[in-house]
Amino acid sequence: MPGITREEVAHLARLSRLELQAEELDHFAEQLDVIIGAVARVSEVAGQDVPPTSHPLPLSNVMRADEVRQSLTPEQALSGAPASEDQRFRVPQILGED
Amino acid sequence: MSVMSLVSYEEALASYDPVMGLEVHVELGTKTKMFCGCSTELGAEPNSQTCPTCLGLPGSLPVVNAVGVESAIRIGLALNCEIAQWCRFARKNYFYPDMPKNFQTSQYDEPIAFNGYLDVQLEDGEVFRVEIERAHMEEDTGKSTHVGGATGRIHGAEYSLLDYNRAGIPLIEIVTKPIEGAGHRAPEVAKAYVAELRELIKALGVSEARMDKGQMRCDVNLSLRPNGTETFGTRSETKNVNSLRSVERAARFEIQRHATVLTDGGTIVQETRHFHEEDGSTTSGRIKDNAEDYRYFPEPDLVPVAPAREWVEELRAGLPELPRVRRARLQAEWGLNDQDMQSVLNAGAVEPITETIAAGAPADQARKWWMGELARRANETGTELSEQPITPAQVARVCALVAEGKLNDKLARQVIEGVLAGEGEPDQVVEKRGLAVVSDDSALGAAVDQAIADNPDVAAKIRDGKVQAVGALVGAVMKATRGQADAAKVKDLILERLAA
Amino acid sequence: MTDLIKYTAAETASAIAKGEVSAVEVAQAHLDRINAVDKKVNAFLHVDGEGALAAARKVDDKRAKGEQLSPLAGVPLALKDVFTTKGIPTTCGSKMLEGWIPPYDATLTRRLKDADVVILGKTNMDEFAMGSSTENSAYGPTGNPWDLTRIPGGSGGGSAAALAAFEAPLAIGTDTGGSIRQPGAVTGTVGVKPTYGAVSRYGLVAFSSSLDQGGPCARTVLDAALLHEAIAGHDPLDSTSIDAPVPAVVEAAKMRDIRGMRIGIVKEFAGEGYQPGVMQRFNESVELLRELGAEVVEVSCPSFTLALPAYYLIAPSECSSNLARFDAMRYGLRVGDDGTRSAEQVTALTREAGFGDEVKRRIILGTYALSSGYYDAYYGSAQKVRTLISRDFDAAFAGVDVLISPTTPTTAFPIGERADDPMAMYLADLCTIPSNLAGNAAMSLPCGLAPEDNLPVGLQIIAPAMADDRLYRVGGAVEAALNDKWGHTLLEEAPAL
Repeated sequence: MPGITREEVAHLARLSRLELQAEELDHFAEQLDVIIGAVARVSEVAGQDVPPTSHPLPLSNVMRADEVRQSLTPEQALSGAPASEDQRFRVPQILGED
Repeated sequence: MSVMSLVSYEEALASYDPVMGLEVHVELGTKTKMFCGCSTELGAEPNSQTCPTCLGLPGSLPVVNAVGVESAIRIGLALNCEIAQWCRFARKNYFYPDMPKNFQTSQYDEPIAFNGYLDVQLEDGEVFRVEIERAHMEEDTGKSTHVGGATGRIHGAEYSLLDYNRAGIPLIEIVTKPIEGAGHRAPEVAKAYVAELRELIKALGVSEARMDKGQMRCDVNLSLRPNGTETFGTRSETKNVNSLRSVERAARFEIQRHATVLTDGGTIVQETRHFHEEDGSTTSGRIKDNAEDYRYFPEPDLVPVAPAREWVEELRAGLPELPRVRRARLQAEWGLNDQDMQSVLNAGAVEPITETIAAGAPADQARKWWMGELARRANETGTELSEQPITPAQVARVCALVAEGKLNDKLARQVIEGVLAGEGEPDQVVEKRGLAVVSDDSALGAAVDQAIADNPDVAAKIRDGKVQAVGALVGAVMKATRGQADAAKVKDLILERLAA
Repeated sequence: MTDLIKYTAAETASAIAKGEVSAVEVAQAHLDRINAVDKKVNAFLHVDGEGALAAARKVDDKRAKGEQLSPLAGVPLALKDVFTTKGIPTTCGSKMLEGWIPPYDATLTRRLKDADVVILGKTNMDEFAMGSSTENSAYGPTGNPWDLTRIPGGSGGGSAAALAAFEAPLAIGTDTGGSIRQPGAVTGTVGVKPTYGAVSRYGLVAFSSSLDQGGPCARTVLDAALLHEAIAGHDPLDSTSIDAPVPAVVEAAKMRDIRGMRIGIVKEFAGEGYQPGVMQRFNESVELLRELGAEVVEVSCPSFTLALPAYYLIAPSECSSNLARFDAMRYGLRVGDDGTRSAEQVTALTREAGFGDEVKRRIILGTYALSSGYYDAYYGSAQKVRTLISRDFDAAFAGVDVLISPTTPTTAFPIGERADDPMAMYLADLCTIPSNLAGNAAMSLPCGLAPEDNLPVGLQIIAPAMADDRLYRVGGAVEAALNDKWGHTLLEEAPAL
């Protein structure tokens, strides 16, 4: 398994929206390289014909009836907002579109 | 790139073969959201239909709406899809302020429905089969309003305001396989597919599928390849096209745009594009580079959905008559040829006519009004036929008044005008405008006698057997009664009086 | 009335029910104790004195009216600050949520209130439950009441320390990789990770959704069982909640009879890295179990050696997604919004400022493990390891009723010792992680002090999923036998604060 480079850490930080400082990049790259080196052992089983377990309990089909439940009041919904205006969450300008 | 600088559509098709992919998002009309019990009612106050779950508050958890799953299966079945024995939700991870958790709960490689098709009829009656890749369940995002800046658009805005009432509303995303072989009819196929899908969704009753309200939105993916080649070209993804006409125009524009770029020796960039209603063009959105990595993984807060086969079969048995089948039946019942039926379809008149007939009107009468007067008016005002301020029941009542001889065609038209003008029910309009046919024999008889007396030479001709001259006398009587006489009856009375 | 703080939960509830003491007196005694010692211990992030006294008054009123009291009515409890509490700050030990007051109660919070448990306040923890020492709290470390220069375990160090410092007879923790059991072990208290899905996660701020499980912390096995019964049970708001009756844990805790039970020692949990004193107390426990009439055999679970690596891929992967919601838009911290920066920049600056090192490290590691191209090798493989571990457990439980091991390889280490050595820190959870990956139930209870440092050693008992009662049956019997042997409880040996 390959290790992890500073550039990769920088890329991952962008993907996860973390404005890491230069020294953090160095530090994390070093630590993550060690951690990944240690955890990469799991790939020993990569080729094996073992079904993955994503959930510890064998549950399925847990659903609810389509019935309206009490919502929060707008005041409650907005109570934690760093900024609000006209009963909406006020956020900085959004760049890019989808 | 303006429309003017593009190579013509014909030129484009002379060299290139379009391949399309259509992704349609349908907002389900469930009472509550996909993963929480908040109402989905439109038009509520901002952020009044939110809870910890759809706001993504720390600690909140999703629970699947059973009707959301049921609707997805019914859509899948109607699209001739296989229904998964077992499937899961997955998280699609990316940051965007209108998405409260910064991941969308969606489905990835395990959709609930897959491998289907939808047959769509083109304007000339030909049937084109669009293959369906998958239909999967996911959730909608919140809505942002951009404030400040010159245009009020996202660019140049100073800040944005977010309302999460829409966040979490169930969406079904229906994705086609690459649509090949449509050639120059690709834009028409795109439009016909979306139209047919909309009818299907409406027939299933799972959504009103109003494109103008964003309940149904279409992404048009398009690429070109040189005629005679197999490999797909690079595609563009035109997002959120929200009318049938726009779907057709967007496909057409992109064909011309791609051809222009390729003809100039350029390369197509894989990107999202935005469609502009004003001139039918698209402009560049976001470049889809390799940095985009949604890191899908099975949603650990939800358990798998494994629809029991008995349930699926029950839902299959309960599917309504599907639009294409129904249309064929109606065409036969109404006795229309293909062309007339197509006109009815194009005018969006199937439902109004059906309902008018259901309200008691004869088929030909119902069709006559909706395809005549009312279609003309809809056209003139640029509105949908179904949005005219007259109900099928009211049209049926007008038909009944004609059948009873209380109105003639000309008066009936005035009654319809009155209803459209908001003057009330047909009977009220008749009364207020005094439009009843003059059927009082003595009053009519006097008018007939007067007309004969006023036109002795015409009367003489008729007496001599030139019956066709009666028209002039009928006209005189109609004029005298301001059109309120029954023309057939007038004619009978004249001939009776002048009978040799 | 200083003795009130020494009462067990069962004794307290009984005294209140009989009118020997009022719930308000009990609550006040604990608030006084917190006031006296918590500056040193730092177990609490927020003390809700008013709320606690109001809840206590309600219990006294009910009693005065002759109403039936629930089994834990009036008993004070320390709640890990990872469960939402309506109107009371919930920070998860992070600057990101400093000052956040949730508009809703977690299901667990609701149940505690419905059971008239008196919530004293919210306890310190490693930020977003990531850590094994409570050093990763943005609000300073918690001290281990046995030695304030040592860690109380983590992530639920605040809850465990509150018990050991007699600030509360009951506490709530969450266990993702050992965060209830490991603090229990190093503080000489009892901690239970119930079967995954037994206790609702609704309102538990998620670290790793498929591993997180809330559970009881107490000073005695019976108290843990009483709390277990109060918080467990189906919740329609949690899709992963078990829809089945809660095992009869209280009854099991009172049995004190393990004759004929088959108990397996996990062979893989020994050897290098295990402190001799820890192994000594563990081996003595094995002998004790035999004396009590259990049949003890050795079992092998070879896949357990891959548990730690699998955990450190799965937990960070899920956390990288779960913590994406902390983006400065709807709640919590917002940094750098000066009117010129974009939402994207403000999110990145806020997350940089609001998250501590361990959280950032795991977010990056998880983002890496889920990336296209790495998914199969890392996340996918880790999920396969999970299957292998479950198979090992299934095979083991085919032959034995419960498994045992030391809870942790070592006793409490000094604050700061492993702070910047993640791999050393991660070893603290070596024995506890397999049960989180498989979803079964496990308990840690004190089994003595390590001779070399006079610090508590924990005995871990592991039961199959849905058989949580076996933990209490074995734990109750061991606890009673040890207390008999010592002539007192272990915590009575803790130095006075």
